[in-house]
Amino acid sequence: MKRLLALAASAIALSASPLSAQDFVIANATLATGDGSEPIENGVVIVDDGKVVYAGPMSGAGSFETDSVTDVKGAWVTPGLFATVTTLGLWDVGAVSESNDTRAGGSPFNAALDVSRAINPDSQHIKIHRAAGVTRAATVLTNTGSIFGGQGTVIDLGADADPVTTPRAFQVVHLGENGARLAGGSRAATYAEFANALREARDFANGRWDAESAMLTRADAEALVPVVNGRQKLYVAVERASDIRAVLGLMREYRSLDLVLVGASEGWLVADEIAAAGVPVIADGLDDLPRSFEELASTQSNVGRMAAAGVKVAINASAMENPRNLNQYAGNLVALTRVPGAGGLSWGQAFAAISSVPAEISRLGGRAGSLVPGAAGDIVIWDGDPLEVGSVPTQVYIDGVAQPLENHQSRLRDRYRDLDESDLPKAFDW
Amino acid sequence: MKRLAPLALAAGLAACATSGTGNETASASKPDKEWTTPTGQDGNEPFPSTYRPYPGRPTALVGATVFDGKGGRIDNGTVLFRDGEVVAIGDASLSTDGYDRVDAAGKYVTPGIIDIHSHLGDYPSPSVDAHSDGNEATSPTTPEVWAEHSIWPQDPGFSRALANGGVTSLQILPGSANLMGGRSSTIKNVPARTVQGMKFPGAPYGFKMACGENPKRVYGGRGRMPSTRMGNFAVNRQTWLDARAYAEGDREKRDLAKETLVGVLDGDILVHNHCYRADEMALVMDMAKEMGYKVSAFHHAVEAYKIGDLLRENGVCSAIWADWYGFKMEAYDGILENAAYLQREDACVVIHSDDANGIQRLNQEAAKAQAAGRRAGIDIPDATVISWITLNPAKAMGIDAMTGSLEPGKMADVVLWNGDPLSVYSRPEKVWIDGALMYDSMDRKRRPVSDFELGQPGEGDVK
Repeated sequence: MKRLLALAASAIALSASPLSAQDFVIANATLATGDGSEPIENGVVIVDDGKVVYAGPMSGAGSFETDSVTDVKGAWVTPGLFATVTTLGLWDVGAVSESNDTRAGGSPFNAALDVSRAINPDSQHIKIHRAAGVTRAATVLTNTGSIFGGQGTVIDLGADADPVTTPRAFQVVHLGENGARLAGGSRAATYAEFANALREARDFANGRWDAESAMLTRADAEALVPVVNGRQKLYVAVERASDIRAVLGLMREYRSLDLVLVGASEGWLVADEIAAAGVPVIADGLDDLPRSFEELASTQSNVGRMAAAGVKVAINASAMENPRNLNQYAGNLVALTRVPGAGGLSWGQAFAAISSVPAEISRLGGRAGSLVPGAAGDIVIWDGDPLEVGSVPTQVYIDGVAQPLENHQSRLRDRYRDLDESDLPKAFDW
Repeated sequence: MKRLAPLALAAGLAACATSGTGNETASASKPDKEWTTPTGQDGNEPFPSTYRPYPGRPTALVGATVFDGKGGRIDNGTVLFRDGEVVAIGDASLSTDGYDRVDAAGKYVTPGIIDIHSHLGDYPSPSVDAHSDGNEATSPTTPEVWAEHSIWPQDPGFSRALANGGVTSLQILPGSANLMGGRSSTIKNVPARTVQGMKFPGAPYGFKMACGENPKRVYGGRGRMPSTRMGNFAVNRQTWLDARAYAEGDREKRDLAKETLVGVLDGDILVHNHCYRADEMALVMDMAKEMGYKVSAFHHAVEAYKIGDLLRENGVCSAIWADWYGFKMEAYDGILENAAYLQREDACVVIHSDDANGIQRLNQEAAKAQAAGRRAGIDIPDATVISWITLNPAKAMGIDAMTGSLEPGKMADVVLWNGDPLSVYSRPEKVWIDGALMYDSMDRKRRPVSDFELGQPGEGDVK
């Protein structure tokens, strides 16, 4: 501790240049560790070899030798945000299909589709979301030709050539209205297709799969093997209360499935049942419109009410314009605690819903989304309360490496700080 | 109806060219004129507004931080309204005798929030094909259609915009499939059995136009003109020329499409032009000059920041999102500093939604845009930021003489926020429309439930 204090004086000089060192100390932070607790004053984060060694009150920091101590003077420090169910790295411009790898409706393959090789770590969306404090994301296709949406990948948003944290981390299945449409027009068709697929996957695992009589392609049957044996998470996109009950029923039928509900707009109506089943939910944070007949009971109180019932809830990034609004959505859930009759989250709970909880759902609990010993050094220093609109990072670390925050948007921002063309056109202003 | 001659004079109408930076305090503007209403076949105004204010109590909001909507701020302020109108705003010395006092200490008061770009009602919830009434995508120009004929008053989205967004007035626009999409409708955000019961009395019609990718994609995809941006302009110019010929003729054979276009040329109908790219906005402004009309606002003006000077000089507002970008090629250069850079140039800024969810958080979008400006060294006062979602949209919609700011004689469209409206942690606590309390978060029954929601799961929930 003595050494830490002695080094504090040099903090300003050190923080002036980007830190590449993978051992450093951040001191005097308003610290949120992401575990659901409330922020603490005068917090310290110690990172060694790219991993968190300690995060907590200064008083408990012990001693640590480093050349790099940053005094953030009370600034907010948190784990990086974990954006779950995104398309980050899969597209450049949504409406430019050539640049967009989020849809594969024309492919003969479905469950077998695996985005881990399709990720572009240099995508502007990755750069822009890195600058917004998102350090990890679960990325997956938005559309395939079947109820199976393919295998999603957990990525980091670091400025390096290797974005993949966990390839093939989860499979997606669409039930409800979307699944019905994909399966042939009725929910009844969805469940028949689902049951058949699991049966074929079991057959495949047991060496009894028969290409002649199969409906799945070989690749799809093979891809579903880790789903049926529970090695791979199955994200179930579902909204209506009755559909959620049907999904929970699947757990009794197929005991080894490791389910996660995605969407779950009517989850609050069956919150106790979800909690009893121990199934986590990646919920649409602020949906409150009966956008479809399977979302009639949508309310912004959905997340808060499910959390109050004991459900583990993360906020679904795919239900917002872009994932960098995760913190705004979480802040809105805090605001609901001040509205009579509404269900909201405490600040700590809300932050956990965009950090540690999605990490846990992605089987990265204790390794990402929270500042606990042994976790990746994914750390964000903010210019304000991270759940407040308009707050942005001043520094982002991923795996303990200080990240560049420049991107196409920041370059346009700098070019258009004025409209002066008296000397040369804007094209020379770079 | 006026003829073509006074066209140039109409150019000043509804402009917010000099909204300016900071705390400019223009007095309540009186209407430059009564907006000319259309005439139906029977000689009467078709589909006239039947909106009547609901009863209210004389109310004094006391002790709040008051943003007046036109750039002013009063700490520990008092806002008085009765008989549907704002009576006075001032400091704590204002007498509240004869008013019901609401203790608003620690809270905030703003004018009712106004969304200049909404499709509530014409793309309502539930969002099913049977409800898809926003684009008459059967011809590149459909000036003859009116959005009000598509609006479903039972859209539950109206109540969410009221309760979570404090939205008291909004413009419902046709969609952007067409170069000329038709007339918009400005409505007050009250539940009503009919569209006429929501129509903002005395509001001018707007006219939706779209440039860029949408029209060329929709019609080019069908192998008909326009399939390019140059096609867009060719069809537009010919249509305007034909309208001018109609205006100069005897007009005996009625043509609903041309009547709308002539209304634009006469300055009675305000153009709201969906347009993303800076270069394209500049071309549209030149086309408007050539043809003798004025663009009131560019909507979705993602690149407006590149031409803030030009927009100021032409007196055209930019209605924008805080941070949408990248979803199509013409949105690729979206930046968070757009609003702040426009404000830096003294150009008119409006924050809009175009979204049934976004309309519930226009205050937060404005705050995001403000924060981006602050980081870029442009410090815009909170009171000015509030004008982006109150008086500026009112100006661009031609209703600023009636609403958009808290000034004596204006409609008592008022939001009491339970905290700073530019904070994510705040919500509307009460919302008055023409002095009638239409939403109260503290009173479960003071919350609208649409016909569609009756008997459904979640009926009457806080939402």
